[in-house]
Amino acid sequence: MTRNGQTPLVEMRDISISFGGIKAVDHVSIDLYPGEVVGLLGHNGAGKSTLIKCLSGAYQADAGQILINGQPVEIANPRDARSQNIETIYQTLALADNLDAASNLFLGREILSRGLVDDARMEAETRKIMGRLNPNFRKFNVPVSALSGGQRQSVAIARAVYFNAKILIMDEPTAALGPHETQMVAELIQELKAQGLGIFLIEHDIHSVMKLCDRASVMKNGQLVGTVKVDEVTDDDILGMIILGKKPAHLAA
Amino acid sequence: MTDHGHTAQPTASKRSIIDTLELDVRLLGMLFAFAAVAIVFTIWTGGTFVGPRNVFNIAVQTVPVAIMACGMVFVIVARHIDLSVGSMLAMCSAVMAMSQTQWLPAVLGLQYGNPVVLVLTIVIGFAAGTAMGAATGWLVGYQRIPSFIVTLGGLFVWRNVNWFTTNGQSVSLTDPTLLMFGGTEGVLGAGASWAVGLIAAGIAVWAILAARRTKKSHGFIVKPIWAEGVMMALIVGAILAFVGWLSRYPIPAAKLKRLFEAKGEVLPEGYSAMHGLPISVLILILVVVAMTLVARKTRLGRYIFATGGNPDAAELSGINTRLLTVKIFALMGFLCALAALIAQARLQSHGNDIGMLEELRVIAAAVIGGTALAGGVGTIYGAVLGALIMQSLQSGMAMVGVDTPFQNIVVGLVLIVAVWVDILYRKRMGITK
Repeated sequence: MTRNGQTPLVEMRDISISFGGIKAVDHVSIDLYPGEVVGLLGHNGAGKSTLIKCLSGAYQADAGQILINGQPVEIANPRDARSQNIETIYQTLALADNLDAASNLFLGREILSRGLVDDARMEAETRKIMGRLNPNFRKFNVPVSALSGGQRQSVAIARAVYFNAKILIMDEPTAALGPHETQMVAELIQELKAQGLGIFLIEHDIHSVMKLCDRASVMKNGQLVGTVKVDEVTDDDILGMIILGKKPAHLAA
Repeated sequence: MTDHGHTAQPTASKRSIIDTLELDVRLLGMLFAFAAVAIVFTIWTGGTFVGPRNVFNIAVQTVPVAIMACGMVFVIVARHIDLSVGSMLAMCSAVMAMSQTQWLPAVLGLQYGNPVVLVLTIVIGFAAGTAMGAATGWLVGYQRIPSFIVTLGGLFVWRNVNWFTTNGQSVSLTDPTLLMFGGTEGVLGAGASWAVGLIAAGIAVWAILAARRTKKSHGFIVKPIWAEGVMMALIVGAILAFVGWLSRYPIPAAKLKRLFEAKGEVLPEGYSAMHGLPISVLILILVVVAMTLVARKTRLGRYIFATGGNPDAAELSGINTRLLTVKIFALMGFLCALAALIAQARLQSHGNDIGMLEELRVIAAAVIGGTALAGGVGTIYGAVLGALIMQSLQSGMAMVGVDTPFQNIVVGLVLIVAVWVDILYRKRMGITK
């Protein structure tokens, strides 16, 4: 499973998970290389979010193997995922609405000084990273419930980026954003990719996939339809894979 | 246009003063409510209500509920409830009463009243409380039984295990060292109280300055120095006024005579002594400071609030929310044991009905103090202030001769009105959560 002699950053082999008799993910294998963006596509309920949650530690696979840099790893919970430098931006953002931006950014990984949380330093660090990601962000001392959708999104992105992620999972990062903010996220993805991160991008919008991704893996009814290189296919090919669950004829051979 | 400018001016400056001082508007509201209660009853009783004696009594009576309310804030913030605190208090009290009067003296062959017995009793009592709380937390956190059910069950179970522990009998407690925890029998006296007050004031000033220095070192905007000065003056003034007032409450001559006779001495002519700060109130203050520190400055506190704000987010951030639940309830149990020690020392006995219905007062105190039952929001000082407001109301009504049933009706109504006002305030300010 190597490409040009390179070991994949992430390899999920033969992953299966079922809930009460329904196979949400059925023997799916996908991989991700450094500096690559892999799009995950499919209808609602196709199993893409479930598959990716096995990698982020929110779910545990019933069967299958996860390899990071060629080494098999055990990811039993979100803490394990974080210790493998896997960061996730959830569709729901997973922010504690009653806490401010800095507390959310460092949630679970607070900076301590003499055993106590160092709020001032965390705020200073938050100001630094937000200055890079979203220079217009000013609301550092209010609960994130008081922020707009885009501002909340940038807090969630900052949290994933701050801790030197090697593997980034983005679950519909632009679903709640306006055109300007969507553009900012697109630029960020390019920048992170250039830094050598591997990114899994769950996305509904085919145009974004064509623009941002190197490869696309399409799922339907819990199974993998196929993985294609984006520049070898057209929008319609991918649409066909999503709807019909068939690989395009010129690649199927 | 000019007309408009005129009317807008005063409101703008009023807001900005509150903003500049960075005052918590909700805290201000509670302080006003407290002041209103105090003023009404002071006028009604012709001044007796705020006399040193009554202030002392209210402070001492508030302690057990206030200590438990501190723990209840964490429980409610984390989206749980604990209905068993009154029964846990009774259970801890029963364990401590039996171990100091019967179990330990029998096992160790020591007399009741030996300090070793009391120290071991306290250790056993606190361990029992913490264990009961941890058991509740395990059932809620790991077994996923709703806390309402677990603690409602606990309310029945502990109340009646308590009955069996003492065979339904009251236990009279006479150890003078134990009674020191109760209030009247354990006071610091005027000199030591002033010393404690001055040290506390010093620490408060240092804390404000240290926080300012830290903010400045990171280049954040700090409030003007006059605003810091006003805050410091208010806090120092409140501490010293409280301590000074209690130091004006004399110990009755007859009691002094008894104390001297106990030491085999004769009361000197013209000798007098003041109560000063009760040890139980000092314990409450230490609990408040410690719990506030936990809430604001530790990971534990941060995780409790995060879990209350969004349990899924906390879980996905790698927080072990199950273990966290055990810790929260264990802490609640520990505080119940501490409250039990103080309650039995004050009553100088353990009775079966000790702590009866206390769970409702504790929850009411937390809620009046601004803790939201939806979770994620609440303060320790608010809960203590809530307990204080309830106790002041009851004390004041008792003084002016209001019957007990009517006192309870008023406390119940106050609970509802407090939450109602809070909802109206949030609606007007456009705060959704």
